[in-house]
Amino acid sequence: MTTTSKVPLREGMEGFVSDWASDQRAFKGVPWGKAMMWIFLLSDTFIFSIFLISYMTARWSTVEPWPNTSEVFALTVNGVSVPLLLIAIMTFILITSSGTMAMAVRSGYQKKRKQAAILLYLTAILGLSFVGMQAFEWTKLIEEGIRPWENPFGARQFGSIFFMVTGFHGFHVSVGVIFLFITARKVLRGDYDTGRRGFFTWQKGRYEIIETMGLYWHFVDLVWVFIFAFFYLW
Amino acid sequence: MAEEGQEHPISTYLWVWLLLFVLSAFSYAVDYIGFQGFTRWSLVLLFMFLKAYFICAVFMHMVWERMALVLGLFIPTFAIIVFIGIMGFESDYTQLSRKVFFDTGKPPTVYAVPHANSHSKDHSGEEAH
Repeated sequence: MTTTSKVPLREGMEGFVSDWASDQRAFKGVPWGKAMMWIFLLSDTFIFSIFLISYMTARWSTVEPWPNTSEVFALTVNGVSVPLLLIAIMTFILITSSGTMAMAVRSGYQKKRKQAAILLYLTAILGLSFVGMQAFEWTKLIEEGIRPWENPFGARQFGSIFFMVTGFHGFHVSVGVIFLFITARKVLRGDYDTGRRGFFTWQKGRYEIIETMGLYWHFVDLVWVFIFAFFYLW
Repeated sequence: MAEEGQEHPISTYLWVWLLLFVLSAFSYAVDYIGFQGFTRWSLVLLFMFLKAYFICAVFMHMVWERMALVLGLFIPTFAIIVFIGIMGFESDYTQLSRKVFFDTGKPPTVYAVPHANSHSKDHSGEEAH
């Protein structure tokens, strides 16, 4: 896998030019699985950008007032209405899970099998609680009469944008949770030490897989940062 | 440099983790305090980009990657900025033409205020069904 080139690799911008012009693989020192994950994430960036841009277009072109998200997503605690409370909790949960994921990658490279597995399970459970809270949020909003085609609080596009953007993000989180559980089980069983072959690809895995998994998970957190800013706070 | 694997001191991760918590708290505070207008969106954007930077740079190990990967992923995102510009222009004249050609002259629709005395509203909703 490791291509040891006789010519030492250049650094910085010179490295950028020489790597891309090398007539070999452009991403030197990067395992192929990780490079492919990055390219997938770049394409996913474009998908989420298009969603957020369509939200911007709908919001800027409507002549109706946009519902006040601070009030729509408020939660009443002990009779006091706290703005965006659930969303704030969800944000903190996702950041916490990003932290445990980063730790899991580190433990994996140090071949601390059990520690990595525990951290991966923890990340998965945090992700699961995020999806649970989102389900609760959706239920609450549907009860209040928010639909993809209308809502009582303002411009109609609000509902369609909300369900589309958070739904697509929630789907990403759900897929991530499934793969986190699969990866955690493989790590715990010692698949990456014994070279046990995967059930789907029939390939031997390595601890790098945790880093690739981590890239996806951090990306999901990254997208949430943008959704939180543009949809909930704007 | 990045040689098939990333290993960094645990303190780096913990500091960034803490920083992300603080930045999230700040962006939530923008809404909680109730800043409006320029202050609101400039602060929201500032905290958003800082969070995005630290997630990409440290958690996704971008600062330790070779320039070929960093720029290979970063440069294409400029197309998004162009698209934002195009659609911003588009939505502007769409709204203008809606105002000019579809204005019915009727008084504007009055919308409900979310969670305004939610108890009585819940009951009236049930009766209606």
